[in-house]
Amino acid sequence: MDSVRSDRDAGRVTLPKAIKILVAGGFGAGKTTLVGSVSEIEPLRTEETLTHQGIGIDDLSGVEGKKTTTVAMDFGRITIGDDYRLYLFGTPGQERFWFLWDELALGALGAVVLADTRRLADCFPSLDYFERRETPFIVAVNCFDGARRYDLDEVRLGLTLHEDIPVVMCDARRRESGKEVLITLVEHAMRMRLGPAPSSR
Amino acid sequence: MPASDEHPDTQWVGEAAGAIVRPYVLTRGRTEPTRGRFDLITLAVAVGPAHAGAGGLDPECQAIVRFCRRPQSVAEIAAHINLPAGTVRVLLSDLLDQGLIATQEPHSETDMHDEKLYKAVLDGLRAL
Repeated sequence: MDSVRSDRDAGRVTLPKAIKILVAGGFGAGKTTLVGSVSEIEPLRTEETLTHQGIGIDDLSGVEGKKTTTVAMDFGRITIGDDYRLYLFGTPGQERFWFLWDELALGALGAVVLADTRRLADCFPSLDYFERRETPFIVAVNCFDGARRYDLDEVRLGLTLHEDIPVVMCDARRRESGKEVLITLVEHAMRMRLGPAPSSR
Repeated sequence: MPASDEHPDTQWVGEAAGAIVRPYVLTRGRTEPTRGRFDLITLAVAVGPAHAGAGGLDPECQAIVRFCRRPQSVAEIAAHINLPAGTVRVLLSDLLDQGLIATQEPHSETDMHDEKLYKAVLDGLRAL
């Protein structure tokens, strides 16, 4: 690092590229559990203070027109070699925080919508949001102990999902299961953005 | 250091004051960074000679510089020093202006069409 110039060119220092994946779903659907099961660090919590219409930056006269909201988010990290770092964010479940999703969804690789079959409707706002925003997403049905098992087609029907959108079962507590969920999402995002997989695969 | 940058409030930012000083006091009332977007996953790393320039900094900025000896995201910095991400953004932009950190913006949505990225991420996930 000694050769790094400490002026504005310092931005040239080789840092990994960060990629974000969102984990959405209703309250108690297992968002933080999923983040924790695949993260290499204990999930951390950060508070984001959001300002809407924050135009007059240092101008106090603009304060009256601004509205700020503070929301907490849980996140984890997966290091992918030297080049990439994956950050997983558990988004707030409440629909009233849609404006936070906008900030979060900007530049996101994609989203996992966790569905809890006991409260399937809780994930509707997340689905609506990502569909509208055209963020690649998959649905992962978190299989809670004691919950009635639906088959995936039933869930797909219940959620009126487009046939291209993957629906998978998962156990958010298990690392292997969380890994599979993420792989399914990344493959789906790749198909959505780059078209069908090339023949070399 | 920019001429507009004064530190009249440094004495307010003691360890004991942490709990009662509202985050925007640390930023002298500013809610937006001087430049840059500072996404939650923008990475920052301390640059320049170790410990240099840290003397005149607020404790929070010193803590950020120390924590960023290894690259850290805005979200990690916020969690580590226990301040809202919005406050951390402003402090990071000051540190960037002072040449004490370098940053790496994340992939933009248009960069998401890079096949190499997906292959690397998939390989990395499968190897977990």
